[in-house]
Amino acid sequence: MDRLTRTTFILFLVLVASLLPLGGHASSPEMGSGNEKVPDHGNGDTGHKANYTKKAFPVLSFDYKNVRVPFEISLWVLLASLMKLGFHLIPRVSNIVPESCLLIVVGLLIGGLIKLVGEDPPVLSSKIFFFYLLPPIILDAGYFLPMRPFTENLGTILMFAVVGTLWNAFFIGGVLYGVCQLKGVHLEDMDLLSCLLFGSVVSAVDPVAVLAVFEEIHINELLHILVFGESLLNDAVTVVLYHLFEEFSSVGSITVTDVFLGIVCFLVVSFGGIMVGAIYGILSAFTSRFTSHTRVIEPLFVFVYSYLAYLSAEVFHLSGIMALIACGAVTRPYVEANISHKSHTTIKYFLKMWSSVSETLIFIFLGVSTVAGKHSWNWTFVISTVILCLVARVLGVIGLTLVINKFRIVKLTTKDQFIIAYGGLRGAIAFSLIYLLDKDHFTRKEMFLTAIITVIFFTVFVQGMTIRPLVDLLAVKKKQETKRSINEEIHTQFLDHLLTGIEDICGHYGHHHWKDKLNRFNKKYVKKCLIVGERSKEPQLIAFYHKMEFKQAIELVESGGASKLPSAMPSTVSMQNIQPKKATQERALPQVSKAREEEIRKILRTNLQKTRLRLRSYNRHTLVADQDEDGWDDFLIKRNRIKDLEKISHVTNHLTVPAPPPDSPTIARARLASDPQAWGNKHVTEDIKPVTGGIPTIKVELASPQSPESVCVVDEFKKDSNEQEDGLVMKPMSLVSKKDGTGEDDIEPQQRLQRCLSDPGPSAEEEEDEPFLP
Amino acid sequence: MGSTNSTLIKIPNVDELIQETGFSTAHIIRLHDRFKELDKERRGYLCPQDFGAIKGLAINPIGDRIIGAFFSPGRETVDFYTFVKILAHFRPADNSRPKESSSPEPINSRTNKLKFVFQMYDIDKDGKISRIDLLKALRSMLEMQVTEEQLDSIVDRTIQEADLDGDDAISFEEFRKSLEKVNIDHKMSIRFLR
Repeated sequence: MDRLTRTTFILFLVLVASLLPLGGHASSPEMGSGNEKVPDHGNGDTGHKANYTKKAFPVLSFDYKNVRVPFEISLWVLLASLMKLGFHLIPRVSNIVPESCLLIVVGLLIGGLIKLVGEDPPVLSSKIFFFYLLPPIILDAGYFLPMRPFTENLGTILMFAVVGTLWNAFFIGGVLYGVCQLKGVHLEDMDLLSCLLFGSVVSAVDPVAVLAVFEEIHINELLHILVFGESLLNDAVTVVLYHLFEEFSSVGSITVTDVFLGIVCFLVVSFGGIMVGAIYGILSAFTSRFTSHTRVIEPLFVFVYSYLAYLSAEVFHLSGIMALIACGAVTRPYVEANISHKSHTTIKYFLKMWSSVSETLIFIFLGVSTVAGKHSWNWTFVISTVILCLVARVLGVIGLTLVINKFRIVKLTTKDQFIIAYGGLRGAIAFSLIYLLDKDHFTRKEMFLTAIITVIFFTVFVQGMTIRPLVDLLAVKKKQETKRSINEEIHTQFLDHLLTGIEDICGHYGHHHWKDKLNRFNKKYVKKCLIVGERSKEPQLIAFYHKMEFKQAIELVESGGASKLPSAMPSTVSMQNIQPKKATQERALPQVSKAREEEIRKILRTNLQKTRLRLRSYNRHTLVADQDEDGWDDFLIKRNRIKDLEKISHVTNHLTVPAPPPDSPTIARARLASDPQAWGNKHVTEDIKPVTGGIPTIKVELASPQSPESVCVVDEFKKDSNEQEDGLVMKPMSLVSKKDGTGEDDIEPQQRLQRCLSDPGPSAEEEEDEPFLP
Repeated sequence: MGSTNSTLIKIPNVDELIQETGFSTAHIIRLHDRFKELDKERRGYLCPQDFGAIKGLAINPIGDRIIGAFFSPGRETVDFYTFVKILAHFRPADNSRPKESSSPEPINSRTNKLKFVFQMYDIDKDGKISRIDLLKALRSMLEMQVTEEQLDSIVDRTIQEADLDGDDAISFEEFRKSLEKVNIDHKMSIRFLR
């Protein structure tokens, strides 16, 4: 196996190497280094029509200039993706070195190669960075932001983001100015404002770098959200400081009025950004209300509205990042209630894909730009910058924690503080901001660039590489891998209500009180507007419960539990057959009996529930269903279906041969429900029909006295011509049965139970559900 | 400071209260003020109607249970002492307090907090959260929006998950175990005062 991986890797390197000369030769002017070498073929021809001599019709011609720009862009994207592939082929290296480091190294190599070839390597143009590379990452982060920990720790996060960044900026800027004034450093021409500008840019913790590193170390949720939230929210501060100092660097001094205006500007920038994002988010949610007939373009609305939010914020120099986060966070609960399962999957995958590629490209370009850019190395400046960054961060974190801990219920320990301080990584945003500076105003731009690149390299390489062993060494709590049980969910809600009540008794308007108020407002007004149909009323607990059931259904089917159902055997025997074949990967429920129950439920629900599985927001490489329990509504039909199924079980309970004692009625029901032969035609109490055909099909029909509708399962190969996809319509049984794709192709008993779930219309393809479920 | 002293004098057994609950004098005074606010008829004790007058509790799904938790079985009134003792459950835990093995566990310890919640679930007071208890709790939390069958299946699932000894009910130990990953200190604490 080792040889195989090695050979694959070598082949892959060869492929990449062959791409490089092409890419090098084609290093594009549009990337920023600006040399136009495109001769004009076309005009020459048209101008000489008069003396156009006839030559042979060109069968094959080479016209590279035409496709140059898109070709180069595609090459770079391909390169980034291949790099990503490559790193995961060599497991050992990726355990030690975080991916971002490897990517920067690759970028350095590529930059070096390009220089060798003689071309000018492209430098990361700020326009491309800010308009094309950064938004997908931020949108991905914002859309999947875990709201509960975020809002619980909002105060702490804001403190770190605002006060921490301000402190960093002024400390670094000020001390650097002092250092510059020292004799013998030859930097006396650096004025205070330039230093402060540099300080403000360098002090911002970068979300891209934090995401890249923290994602791999699986740290506990609290620390992750603290550092990550800080990196997102400090954008507002950075934007304001940057523009403030840039404006006034030409003037040369700042008055008190300007400082006051700066504070006002900060408030405008941050709240303005959030407002813009929220408005677009609501628009997008509202639009998704009407998309039930055009399911295929649903994801597009989410993306376009979010991108517009970002751009609109940039128009007014508001914080684009905060706009994007606000848009994603506002949009998500409502849009997800409205769109189809496939659209949800599409959004999820596209976001992850784009952000992955973006991140890779950013790091590679950082490497390339290092080689490409002009540098001006000044030992004192650079070294002092690095040291000051570290010192400022540590002091800032310690100082702020002292204040914050007075207000927190769960205090931050020293270990936490260390990780927070150590996780303050700088990244490409700082680099791009410096790159944007006007050379005329800032004569020392190259020195800044050199310094910032050194800081970035230091934080990403040194801190990025050592954070993982440090986390292990300090035994910092890791992310909990186990699923959230329904018990936790119920009790957490119960506690929420309890605490709200106690707060009311004490007359204390605390966290719970306001959260409760917001929830009520949301339920009463907002959900009615933005969510279509009946789903607006579904309580959170039900949605969570459905989600869990569905998840387990998928898992059980994946583990092959479904295919092991016996054929043509009486109930008792089949039940016993099911027992030893319980899914070995049963994770959540320890008891044997549950396995059986879940098998059953799974099979039945596999086609039933289009409950969307959530993603863990932190993990980018594997898509694991996540336990986020933000309220989103489920379909009314599901509820009714469950009702129907329970009715079956009530009826079939009588039929079940008594099971071993610890069975609850549910299990008995479930067992029976799983048995394909148990289902007869009209009434489940009737005799068992053996199933013919290679692929056993499960016919499920609910007994009519109990249920208003009965569900009819149709053989998979009978194509139903009118597979109309309708949002929330409850169709009476006798009509259409829809085909529902299941997650895996190897699911033998294809049940198709009637569903009224929204699906993209045209082709009744197998649904591509979570293929990466571990 | 004179007014606070006089308030303190009015409260019986203040020192004992402070000792037992861990509240500071400032907390006690604030709670006393609140108690007096609720006790509109100035009787020195509270009855269920006083609690019912609190607007927030009326719309709280488990409001009646919360009120019930203040009144020990058989009693119709709550005096200040009991009031503070119950509220002491919601004080944030102090990790700084030295643990003396001889003294009883503080009211706001994790176990006692969990016990409080457990008692709120266990209406019939049989020491276990039976299916009926859970059904009632879920019904009140989910209000009108679910069907009986859904409730049943949720309850079944819940008990299955938590029930380790197979008695179809959740005992305190099982309850505690099912919540071991939840940060109870954080979830069950209120900041009474700075």
